[in-house]
Amino acid sequence: MMASSYNAKEEDGHHSGSSTHGGTGAPKNKKPDNTAFKQQRLPAWQPILTAGTVLPAFFIIGLMFIPIGIGLYVTSNNIKEYEVDYTGVEPNSPCYDCANSFTWNSTTPCVCTVNFTLTQPFESNVYMYYGLSNFYQNHRRYVKSRDDSQLNGVQSSLISPSKECEPYRTNPETKQPIAPCGAIANSLFNDTLELYYSQPDGNTSKVTLVKKGIAWYTDKHVKFRNPGNDKDNLTERFKGTAKPVNWMKPVYELDPSDPENNGFINEDFIVWMRTAALPTFRKLYRIIQKKPDSTPTLASGKYFLKITYNYPVRSFDGRKRMILSTISWMGGKNPFLGIAYITVGSICFFLGVVLLIIHHKYDTRSNSADIPN
Amino acid sequence: MDFSLLRNIISRYCAGEENWVDSRTVYIGHKEPPPGAEAYIPQRYPDNRIVSSKYTFWNFIPKNLFEQFRRIANFYFLVIFLVQLIIDTPTSPVTSGLPLFFVITVTAIKQGYEDWLRHKADCSINECPVDVVQQEKVVRTQSHKLRVGDIVMVREDETFPCDLIFLSSSRDDGTCYVTTTSLDGESSHKTYYAVPDTMAFKTEQEVDSLHATIECEQPQPDLYKFVGRINIYKDKEEPVSRTLGAENLLLRGATLKNTHHIYAVAVYTGMETKMALNYQSKSQKRSAVEKSMNAFLIVYLCILISKAVINTVLKYAWQWSPDRDEPWYNHRTENERQRHVVIRAFTDFLAFMVLFNYIIPVSMYVTVEMQKFLGSYFITWDEEMFDEELGQGAQVNTSDLNEELGQVEYVFTDKTGTLTENNMEFIECCVDGNVYIPHAICNGQILSAASSIDMIDSSPGGYRREYEDLFFRALCLCHTVQVKEEETVDGIKRGIHQGRPTSFYISSSPDEVALVEGMKRLGYTYLRLKDNYMEILNKDDEIERFELLHVLNFDSVRRRMSVIVKSISGEYLMFCKGADSSIFPRVVSGKVEQVKAHVEQNAVEGLRTLCVAYRRLSESEYQEACHYLTEAKLALQDREQRLAQAYDVIERDFVLLGATAVEDRLQEKAADTIESLHKAGIKVWVLTGDKMETAAATCYASKLFRRSTQILELTKKRTKEQSLHDVLFELNRTVLRQRSISGLSVDCLDFGLIIDGATLSAVLKPSQEVSGHGNYREIFLEICRNCSAVLCCRMAPLQKAQIVKLIKSSKEHPITLAVGDGANDVSMILEAHVGIGIMGKEGRQAARNSDYAIPKFKHLKKMLLVHGHYYYIRIAELVQYFFYKNVCFIFPQFLYQFFCGFSQQPLYDTAYLTLYNISFTSLPILLYSLVEQHVTIDTLKREPSLYRDIAKNSLLRWPVFLYWTCLGVFDAVIFFFGAYFLFDNTTFTSNGQLMTTNTQMMFGNWTFGTLIFTVLVFTVTLKLALDTRHWTWINHFVIWGSLLFYVIFSLLWGGIIWPFLNYQRMYYVFMQMLSSGPAWLSIILLITVSLLPDVIKKVLCRAICPTATERAQSTRPCLTVEPSTIFMLSQSSSRMSF
Repeated sequence: MMASSYNAKEEDGHHSGSSTHGGTGAPKNKKPDNTAFKQQRLPAWQPILTAGTVLPAFFIIGLMFIPIGIGLYVTSNNIKEYEVDYTGVEPNSPCYDCANSFTWNSTTPCVCTVNFTLTQPFESNVYMYYGLSNFYQNHRRYVKSRDDSQLNGVQSSLISPSKECEPYRTNPETKQPIAPCGAIANSLFNDTLELYYSQPDGNTSKVTLVKKGIAWYTDKHVKFRNPGNDKDNLTERFKGTAKPVNWMKPVYELDPSDPENNGFINEDFIVWMRTAALPTFRKLYRIIQKKPDSTPTLASGKYFLKITYNYPVRSFDGRKRMILSTISWMGGKNPFLGIAYITVGSICFFLGVVLLIIHHKYDTRSNSADIPN
Repeated sequence: MDFSLLRNIISRYCAGEENWVDSRTVYIGHKEPPPGAEAYIPQRYPDNRIVSSKYTFWNFIPKNLFEQFRRIANFYFLVIFLVQLIIDTPTSPVTSGLPLFFVITVTAIKQGYEDWLRHKADCSINECPVDVVQQEKVVRTQSHKLRVGDIVMVREDETFPCDLIFLSSSRDDGTCYVTTTSLDGESSHKTYYAVPDTMAFKTEQEVDSLHATIECEQPQPDLYKFVGRINIYKDKEEPVSRTLGAENLLLRGATLKNTHHIYAVAVYTGMETKMALNYQSKSQKRSAVEKSMNAFLIVYLCILISKAVINTVLKYAWQWSPDRDEPWYNHRTENERQRHVVIRAFTDFLAFMVLFNYIIPVSMYVTVEMQKFLGSYFITWDEEMFDEELGQGAQVNTSDLNEELGQVEYVFTDKTGTLTENNMEFIECCVDGNVYIPHAICNGQILSAASSIDMIDSSPGGYRREYEDLFFRALCLCHTVQVKEEETVDGIKRGIHQGRPTSFYISSSPDEVALVEGMKRLGYTYLRLKDNYMEILNKDDEIERFELLHVLNFDSVRRRMSVIVKSISGEYLMFCKGADSSIFPRVVSGKVEQVKAHVEQNAVEGLRTLCVAYRRLSESEYQEACHYLTEAKLALQDREQRLAQAYDVIERDFVLLGATAVEDRLQEKAADTIESLHKAGIKVWVLTGDKMETAAATCYASKLFRRSTQILELTKKRTKEQSLHDVLFELNRTVLRQRSISGLSVDCLDFGLIIDGATLSAVLKPSQEVSGHGNYREIFLEICRNCSAVLCCRMAPLQKAQIVKLIKSSKEHPITLAVGDGANDVSMILEAHVGIGIMGKEGRQAARNSDYAIPKFKHLKKMLLVHGHYYYIRIAELVQYFFYKNVCFIFPQFLYQFFCGFSQQPLYDTAYLTLYNISFTSLPILLYSLVEQHVTIDTLKREPSLYRDIAKNSLLRWPVFLYWTCLGVFDAVIFFFGAYFLFDNTTFTSNGQLMTTNTQMMFGNWTFGTLIFTVLVFTVTLKLALDTRHWTWINHFVIWGSLLFYVIFSLLWGGIIWPFLNYQRMYYVFMQMLSSGPAWLSIILLITVSLLPDVIKKVLCRAICPTATERAQSTRPCLTVEPSTIFMLSQSSSRMSF
């Protein structure tokens, strides 16, 4: 399509040539400029990738990556992690009954308790996660089934949510708009996990779980906002909307105890709304703050996890887990990065050696071949 | 125009006169002929409006859109866009609509602007004033109001407003001079002749009283052909008919010179003028790179479709169980549920197509076009290809073939004007066996006034004296040279200052000028043509006058020209000069053998020879000849053919007078250029109309044939002795034997083939009569393949094209290049893959029809070896890189489908999908493809053999393509699984998210995509950085700038709640990712791993089996070289190597 301009130019040239009288015979002197760019003589740096030049790079990469990898690996190994699967698939598991007797409209919550033992104490802050597997939070129909402007507190979207929320847009019976609309919100994880420590003396103490500070700061303060005027009652502000069909309570009762954690800005809700990348995922549930004294956050010993079993996963072969983990500067437990670094570093180092040999062998050969010329 | 066509068709069926259907009748001054003469049919012709614009204000949008969507690529993207609009697709229509809209808009604006310029140009032309004779007065009107039949007055230095029949001139002899510079580039003055019956009209009253009709052919584009007839009605008399030829037709666009004013009548107007008809576009040539690109595209289209099919099938297999299809947390809407499963599957297939469609990016077409368009400026900007004498540099007529210049395997070159200067110099002549050499031979054009004849064989007898006189007179009379008597001449000076320092000879044939000048040096000066009398100043300073009766013009088929003159004594003489082959058969007496020997000897020296003969005509013979000629000239149909027949009858029974020899010097550096081309592995063929000996001598001089070259001859002379069949087989054997013996040493194996036109047509003749002997064509090709140089002599223009076609269609399908300067090379230039025109002395025909035009043959070296080489490696990298980066881009997306339930969930955000090809990765490769120089210009020029490295499309062959694709897939796998293991690693019982020291935030699917995308953008950009050999500030700026732009854009994109978006999924994603240490570590790791294989491959290839190019790279010092020091360095390095 660009080439046609040449033809046009030529035509123009001829036309103008025929309209100007005389002087057409004299060729115009249109000597090109002698600039470095036009003559393609711009000064340039011309590196060549030869064995000689690449060698140091390989050794440097090798020498840098291996220590990093070792560091990462060690750090990752120092992280303590404990995982409890409480789905209740096996008949002897404590939550088997709850899992089997699940109905959507049961009014009495089913509670089960899982016992476990931590062999090592967990130091520093401990993070409590729930993990789901075979749960496709990244399904396209699911991912887009939300209305960000409704979640941002836009009044018009509260009343008429985006079409993307279908079929979780309006309540089928009352025809009221659902707040928060969409499949993601509708499937909010609603198991309640409580952790108890069986002290060696036989008493049980409830471990304090902090439910704030688990969501992104920007999500909590900018992206998610409750609709309406701050002075009004939250119930007022959500008036005229219906609760998501699978929810037991409306959005303004997610955390009645703390108005800063209620409605759309409930952190459990915000965490859930950030859809996971892969079908097996874990999400932060609670934080166990480290104690001011030097005692470990979670001492080694017996614990039991009390689960209010609300969330059905058996229908799609899903699993539910509770994970306790400490973190380090590089995040959670993930030996992969460390191993990868060590491997790549070693490969580079090895290649460096190979290249050194090749360089030595072929460079002398090509040098000797050059001499007769 | 359409209307006249329709009328034409109607009249074809109604009138019933077969001979006239293709002609038109023009009523001069719109006056009807006397009743009864012929039925007056009011004819409609277009007005004189020139419309070069394609669009009008109203049809621009629909027409332009239609034109644009006719391109397959645009149409493909349009379909994708429409699919996105109609069905529920993973990505918003914006992602493909925006780039498409951008491309379409930019192209439309460009075309619209060009069209606007054309409109403006049209307007200024259409409104330029014209003088029309109406009611015996000169009326000034606008050009576009001119109609067929109007009588126009044109003054000196004015341009003809339409195609006109020349009625009368202010000059007494009824001639005018015209330059056609703007039509065909020939700057010489051409003489046109008024219709003899009207040439006496001097005033507008007289002209307006003219009562005549003109019958002429319908418009046709050939500038040099016109057939017509004028019928002049005088009071109650039978109309007088006169033939009209091209010499009566003044073409639009030409300029009147040296004539005060003329009157002429319009016959073709507006879009029917020959100039307008000549602007029809040529057929499109497509380069080999484009063909490979299309092949790759088809592969990718197959990949795309198979990906979509695989995913669709897997999707339905996977979601067989309803729990997977519709788990409780993720229900379908009612509408969707009710849709039939086949429709759903088809929709899914389309959705997958849309998701993966970026693998064939819109931007590739744009970038390739831009690269070609912008890149071609380097040719026009090249100072080394600028010719001071001509005042012009190289021209690019099409930018589509830039890279084809780097792929040339065969060069077909014309000899005269291309290899040689076409600057003729008279060397000697031979009259009846005696040789005459002008005394003062001077290279320049100025000669001393002294002129004498140096007779080598001096035994002048009486009859010899007579022959001598006749010979010199013949050369003085038998030509079409004009004398230009002014000091200032437009165009190139061809005359010499002698005697009268202000006179020049002008002719379209440099040979003629050389001959007439030579005669001047030998004492016979042609003075002028006045009132049909040619005046000659003979040796004794007496003026002789001859009446010029007929000129039998030169043409390339007859290869001779004649004049019939009447001397003062009333003798009718016909002089003829022409090529020996066309003269000797028509000679009945004279010293044929001696002259022949001499001619051959001259030819061996590389001189151009012409033979001169004459014939005395008796009164009756003259009348007969006259009759033949007028009859042929009057013919409306097949006039050319009839003229040729008439010439054939008249030009016979000659008496041979002698021969002339004119030297045509080789062009500067022609030999060096040919040598370089040979070293570059290019086979050079010379195709010439010249005779074998002359051409062979030129070939030796230009080092096409070396002393060591074994010459194989395939000429008429040889085929007379043996049959063609035997000769062919014998040559074939010789070639094959030689090859088997000296398989090792390339130098000994150097064959040159000489073939002439007659033999060639025998070889190419369809072999029905020699069915038993197999195909000569194949054997001939086999011989040619083994010859480094081939000379084809005695070629007709069409044969040149045939040869090119033959080689083009041989089984290797080599890329051919034709270079020539004259009109006879046009067919060859149009036929070859790349046509190059030399802006020579034989007009601009070749340059206009070529793809590239260069001032001199020597520029071909830089054109091919430097520019062609660069363009090829640049575009090859561009194409491969584009496919590579889009594999990297889309393949993770494909892999992700396996982890998201085949739900077409895009991995990347819409903005990333849209901008990846438009802004994040487009500029580095575009600039790379404009400025990359893997080897310096000087190295390329010094070592032509580097050209072999890229021969046969070596950088775009399937293995290379496969390598790039595999590299792309490898990188994509690294990106995806690298991120995958970091995000989810159940086997390592790790956590499902990355965390930072101070926060422990969760990362979702958008962070996952962003991480992959960041690695992707950095990897593909750094991959290009690794490939870049020539780091100018532009490269630095663009590569680092692009990366910086990506980072800044991502920060900005995630930093604000964008009010116009209905989703905020990218909000703070990029920042959160960057605040995480492991993300940094994994980005670095993944980039390193992705680049590693390519680095290793590069290093190993270079170390173990370096190509010539790589060796040339290594020998250069690895530092920045200032332009001024390049020459010194290259000198010193070449000295070092000795």
